Formats: sequence, C-alpha cells, structure tokens
Amino acid sequence: MENVIRLSHGAGGRMMNDLIREVFATPLDNPILRQMADASACNLQSANLQFAISTDSFVINPLFFPGGDIGSLSVHGTVNDVAMAGARPLWLTAGFILEEGLEMGVLERVVRSMGEAARAAGVQVVAGDTKVVERGHGDGIYINTAGFGVVREGVHVGPQEARAGDVVLLSGTVGDHGIAVLSQREGLRFETDLLSDSAALNGLVEALLDVAPHTHCLRDPTRGGLAAVLNELAAASNVGVEIEEAAVPVRPAVAAACEMLGFDPFTVANEGKLVAFVPSGEAQAALAALRAHPLGQDAARIGTVVAEHAGLVLARTAIGGRRVVDMPLGELLPRIC
Amino acid sequence: MSLESILAQFRDPDAARALAAAIRTRSTRPARLMEFCGGHTHAILRFGIPSLLPETVDLRSGPGCPVCVTAAGDLDRAIALAQVPDVILTTFGDMIRVPGSRLSLAQAKAQGADVRVVYSPLDALRIAQETPARPVIFLGVGFETTAPMVASTVLAAEAAGVRNFTVFSTHKLTPPATRAILAAGEVALDGIIGPGHVTTVIGAAAWRFLPQEYAIPCAIAGFEPLDLLRAILSLVEMVEQGRADVTNTYARSVRLEGNAPALAALERVFEVADVEWRGFGVVPASGLALREAYARFDAARAFPVDVPPAKELPGCRCGEVLRGVLLPTECALFARVCTPQNPTGPCMVSAEGACAAYYRYGERI
Repeated sequence: MENVIRLSHGAGGRMMNDLIREVFATPLDNPILRQMADASACNLQSANLQFAISTDSFVINPLFFPGGDIGSLSVHGTVNDVAMAGARPLWLTAGFILEEGLEMGVLERVVRSMGEAARAAGVQVVAGDTKVVERGHGDGIYINTAGFGVVREGVHVGPQEARAGDVVLLSGTVGDHGIAVLSQREGLRFETDLLSDSAALNGLVEALLDVAPHTHCLRDPTRGGLAAVLNELAAASNVGVEIEEAAVPVRPAVAAACEMLGFDPFTVANEGKLVAFVPSGEAQAALAALRAHPLGQDAARIGTVVAEHAGLVLARTAIGGRRVVDMPLGELLPRIC
Repeated sequence: MSLESILAQFRDPDAARALAAAIRTRSTRPARLMEFCGGHTHAILRFGIPSLLPETVDLRSGPGCPVCVTAAGDLDRAIALAQVPDVILTTFGDMIRVPGSRLSLAQAKAQGADVRVVYSPLDALRIAQETPARPVIFLGVGFETTAPMVASTVLAAEAAGVRNFTVFSTHKLTPPATRAILAAGEVALDGIIGPGHVTTVIGAAAWRFLPQEYAIPCAIAGFEPLDLLRAILSLVEMVEQGRADVTNTYARSVRLEGNAPALAALERVFEVADVEWRGFGVVPASGLALREAYARFDAARAFPVDVPPAKELPGCRCGEVLRGVLLPTECALFARVCTPQNPTGPCMVSAEGACAAYYRYGERI
C-alpha cells in the first residue's frame, strides 16, 4: 500500500480497488457493504413506514481535535440529523474527497474512527465513494455522509410543530465542540482540557421518545449553536420562545474562552446535544429520561414556548434583565478591543 | 481563582437587583445619559439593563465605536491602499465588511486585493517579517485603547529594522468627540458614562472638563453589569443632587493619571491632528497621526493614493446615531433594509456598533 494518497487512488482502477479493500472495507464492514454493489438494496420489515433521509458534508479543520475527528464526526452528524426527525438511523453512505498527498495513515485513522462510531451508534455504512483532487485543492479529507432511518411510529416531530406551553429542554452543556476545535486553530491556540461533545444522539432520542412520544420539536444545535436552533424553531412554528440564561448549562472553560474571545456561548457549535420542545405534561418525565442517559446527565429545562412575540427568542439575563437572543450571523470573529 | 468566579462577582443577581432598586428609588427627574463606548452599549443590552431601569433614565449610545466613526474617505483610502500591487493590507475583522463609498475591503479582497484579518498589530508586523519582499500595511483603527498597541508595534518594527511595515493611522481621541457633541448641543445630556478601557489609558482626570466646562457629571464604568449599574446609580445621584463630578466606578482598572507607559508610547510615535469623523466632519485635535520622526512607518506618506470624493451611504443615518441624536430603532432602515446580514451603514456592521447591538439584543417587536 502506498503511504500517501495519489490522484490515481480516485481514478477507478486497481489503485482505487486496493484503497477500498485495504482502507475502507474492514473498518466499515457489514453484510450489506460486503456485497460491494453500485447501490445497496436494504431490507425493511414493513412497507407502512415513514423514512427519514439526511445528508451532511464535513470539512472540519483540524481533522483531529480533542474529543473526536472528522471520521467520528461524519457519523455522529448525520446519525443525529436522522434521529432529530424522530427516526431510528439504520444506514449511512460515505463519500470521501481526498487530497493528493494525504498520508495513508491519516486516512486509516479516520476510517477506523468512522467504523467505531458507526458500530457504537448501531448504524451500518452501506455505500461509499472516493474521489481524489489535486494537491492544494482540498483540506486533506472531506467527507459527505447520507443517513437513512425509519421514523418511530406515532411520533410527529418537526420544526413547525412547536406549541405555546411547550417546555424547552436542553440535553447538556453548550459550546464544548466549537471551543474545543477553536482551541486547536493556528493563530488562536489556547490551553484547555476541553473535549468536543461529538456523539451519536439516537440512543438519547430513543430514551426521550419512550417517555415523551408527543415531543413536538427535536434539533441538534450544531453550527449557529443554541441561538440559531431556537430562532429557527420560533420562526418555523410562528411562536415565541423565552429562556432563562442562568438555566443553560455552560462549562466554566467554555464560559471563560467565550469571555476572552467575545463570543456568546449560545452561538457556539455543539455536536452531541439536543434541544427538545415537549408538551408540558410530558416534560418532567422527558427531563428525567434525558438525565438518566449518559449523554444527558446535565440536561436542563431552559425555557418555555409562548404565543407572544412570535418568531422572537427572548432571554431573562443572569442579572434579571431581558434581551433578544438573535440568530447568529455566521463566522465567529474574535472581538477587536 | 477561575475567570468564572471572578466574573460572578460582577454579575451577582442579588446585587444587580439591589442596585436597580436603588436607581429606581433615587431617580425622580429625567436623566439622559450617554454611554460613550460601543462596548458599553453592547453590555447594557446583552444583560438587559434597560428593562431594569425606571422610565426617567434614558440611555443614549455615543460615538465610541472605532469602526463606525471611521470616515468614508479614510475607508476609501484604505481600500485604495489594499489595491496597490503587492501590498498586504492587514486589519481587524470588523473593518472588512464596512461599506466604503464604492466597495468594502471584503469586496476588494474578492476582486484580488490581499486583505488579511489579524488579531493584533503585532501579527501584522510578523507577516511583514515573514514576507520581506512585500509592503505590509496595518490599518490602524481605534481609540486611545488600541493606539498604544499600534505605537508599540511601530517601536518594535523600528527596533527590529523592519522596512516593509507601515501603518495607516485613523486613530481617534475620545474627549474631543464628547466635547463636539456637547458643543453642538443637538442632544441635551445629563451625564456621561465614561469609557472604561479608554480611561484606563488616559486616566479619569482627562474627563474633568465635563463637570468644569459643561457642568455635566461623568461616571467611569467597567463592562460588567454591576459596573454599569453602579455608574448609572452614581450619575442618577449626581443628577438628583444637581452636582457634577467625575466618579470612578471602575477603580480596579482605572487610575486618575492613566497608564504612563502606554501614554509615553503614544506620545513618542503619534502627534495630535485634526481628523474627520463619520457623522461629525472634521473635529479639531481629535486624531493621531504619525510624527515626522516615524514618517517611514506612515502608509499615507509611503503610498500616496488618490481617491474620488467619498459618497454618503443613501438613507443611512449612522452619523445621527453616533452623535446620540437618533436611536437606532428610530432609523427608517433599521431591521427593515439594514440588518447585520445586509448592513447599510457601519453601525450595523461592527460588533461595537449601536445598531448591531440594538438589533442583536434589543426588542424588535
């Protein structure tokens, strides 16, 4: 096996076959993928089912960060998107765009990590694709994963489903992923023990829906953070959201980094948290179920859905004042003075 | 001690409630207070302080957003500098999205200019040292807080014998702008919340002209909610007593005489100049230009660029917002045409801009 990626690894010939066999096949192995067909036919038990399909591309820099890497992240991100539809994720596809010159060892680490993440989440990678781009035209590895799952019977979650009176639950601390990744960036490196929260949330969603089957909205606050998700749900459902700033769990290291850099932890990315809008009657059981799960120990009730100020998210601040929580703009830039 | 436990001292909800209650009890007559500093505007709105205050207290944002008060002509010149062949123009992130008369730096960058965001002027100097064949210009924007860092960087460049590093200085001084607002008399102010970071450098004594010449009290404030509430209470008490003084509610950072080494670096590299402010026109003795002795670090002298006369941004009322005459929400463009995603004027672009703060944290119902 070569020790770096070359353009011919994506050219469809023997080298690509070697790459598939030697790097991808074993870590991602399962009976469906093993057939190596152009498309995989997957069996479902019943025809009367609702499906959830999602796709996501991963272009993270650096490839390896405290608490995860692009491989595990590409599984968690798509598994979570499917789970947020109230679905059980079953199958993933994986498309790789590799940069010529990438060290084979790096790719192997990433694929191993993907395989472990998929097994832990109980999903199978059933189809894949590899392309190689010329040196300088990529960032080492880009991964696209698509996910397919089956919606739980009787569950109707969706961004338009929030109702006044719903309780807003958050499964844990916010901002861990964004700050952990930022701490590794060139030009911005700072010392922290913080780990990304990257995790597959399908198990947590199962636990939640077992006791709160009438949950109205589920979202994982990735890019844009908690603020973006709350704004999206408020707008899609045409309701207002009111949260207690002090009730939102934030790790001290995240709070400190945000103070230094001028960020609002509510706008920093997460990869292993969910927000649930749950009818008040099921809220207590839902919170208990989240807290009983290893990925939801710090879960908290952070606010409520109201009929007033539709589309707007308001926060009661730590000192008892009131402010708008706005949709974040995009790229986070450290403040200048 | 962790940063969190330090911050907790300045965000204690019980102490905040007690201060807010004291303000409500003490305030009987209207008090229109201007927070000079854009950082204060953001902190005030981020912590929801207006919702804790009585109706008698009217907070007005001032011109303390360096990006916002940069004159359109200066921005046009900076963009022209960025377009000089081989030049690397370095700047703080906030600056690159501000619309100039024709382009923003971001658009110039998209057209091929080499514009780089840095976090410190020292990063710009490092880029100059790493690329000795290309001229590196640092766009110096900011008040007395930022200018000493730029002065120190010029001194470091001189010490290291760096020949390809220059500064385009649009640095500005805060007391002259405050004086301009009071002298114009467009908005009647009862007190000034003094800028904490600026005053850390220039010293609380620099604000004595407010009580002495204008009979207006000034309270220097930090950037935590309790700092701001204490400063507001101090101003309300002085307004109620008909007393004008300079009080320092940010004594953990601000001294009467300021920061001597920072002032010395400023004095050595810069001289006071008449400069143009957006919304104000030319304000006498309100800016910092490089001294003759440091002329070789002056981008304006090293790269003379001709720019057509600056054009005002149609419909934009940032000038009035910066003078405290207009609240952001009173501008017809606010949140309708002008948003952080699609800003018409600089006050909606900058993280310290009043319009951005009102948009981000204020009520928009």
